[in-house]
Amino acid sequence: MSSFWEYANPRKFMRTTNWLLPLVAAASVVVTATGLIWGFFFTPDDFRQGSTVKIIFLHVPAALMAINAWIMMLVASLVWVVRRHHVSALAAKAAAPVGLVMTLIALFTGAVWGQPMWGTWWAWDPRLTSFLILFLFYLGYIALWAAIDDPDTGADLTAVLCLVGTVFALLSRYAAFFWSQGLHQGASLSLQPGTRVDWAYKAPLYVSMSGFVLIFVALVLAGTRTEIRARRMKALVARERMA
Amino acid sequence: MIPDLGRYASEVLSAYVVSLALLAGVVAWYWLRARAVRSQLDQVEQRQERTE
Repeated sequence: MSSFWEYANPRKFMRTTNWLLPLVAAASVVVTATGLIWGFFFTPDDFRQGSTVKIIFLHVPAALMAINAWIMMLVASLVWVVRRHHVSALAAKAAAPVGLVMTLIALFTGAVWGQPMWGTWWAWDPRLTSFLILFLFYLGYIALWAAIDDPDTGADLTAVLCLVGTVFALLSRYAAFFWSQGLHQGASLSLQPGTRVDWAYKAPLYVSMSGFVLIFVALVLAGTRTEIRARRMKALVARERMA
Repeated sequence: MIPDLGRYASEVLSAYVVSLALLAGVVAWYWLRARAVRSQLDQVEQRQERTE
């Protein structure tokens, strides 16, 4: 059986993702479309929230991926710091724009959902505030990569930033438990017994969440392939200049 | 075709339109950047082959 670390070899990664990426991309389109169409067209209005409950099929998957993208970036950054595998640093870099967009979707859908339900677009609630800070960390992370020419130095510094930002990624998930205050409720989906969300909503929500995970994976694979090519191009140009 | 969204139609529709636009935007950005980098790399590799 081949080792997981073989994929740290850019050639092996490019070969494998060459056939894997179209499959994941196609699956992401089919699964996301299924989840969103099911959620939008075929779920009933909630007795209290009315049709705004349909926003859950965008808001929860986007928020889930906003946090998990950062955790994935943390793991990839730690792999870079410990084992110095370039592909893992480039995968972390490739994940940031998707995470940024997921955070933006979660913030926007949260605001348009919050206005009719809470009577306000925004509140300095622990969960909302930590999510806004996570959004700013994504911007900072992308800006830091763009500001540094040397890719190894960029990977080192962004790994440190990623480690610090993880505090807010975790806070945005668990803030509602740490501080029993604020407008945002606790987790909608939980492994704890007791039903919070009816299966009429839960089933399409799980499909939509799977779709968002697949979108994330497809874009990270595509982005990592691009970053590997960009790195090779930089190396070739540098060699030309030296000659 | 569109279900009756009642008095919250603008909130629900704007959530879907903006989110799908953002998703389409990020996909387009990855695709365009991939295409640009691939063509630049091809040019550099061809230039190096000619000089070698």
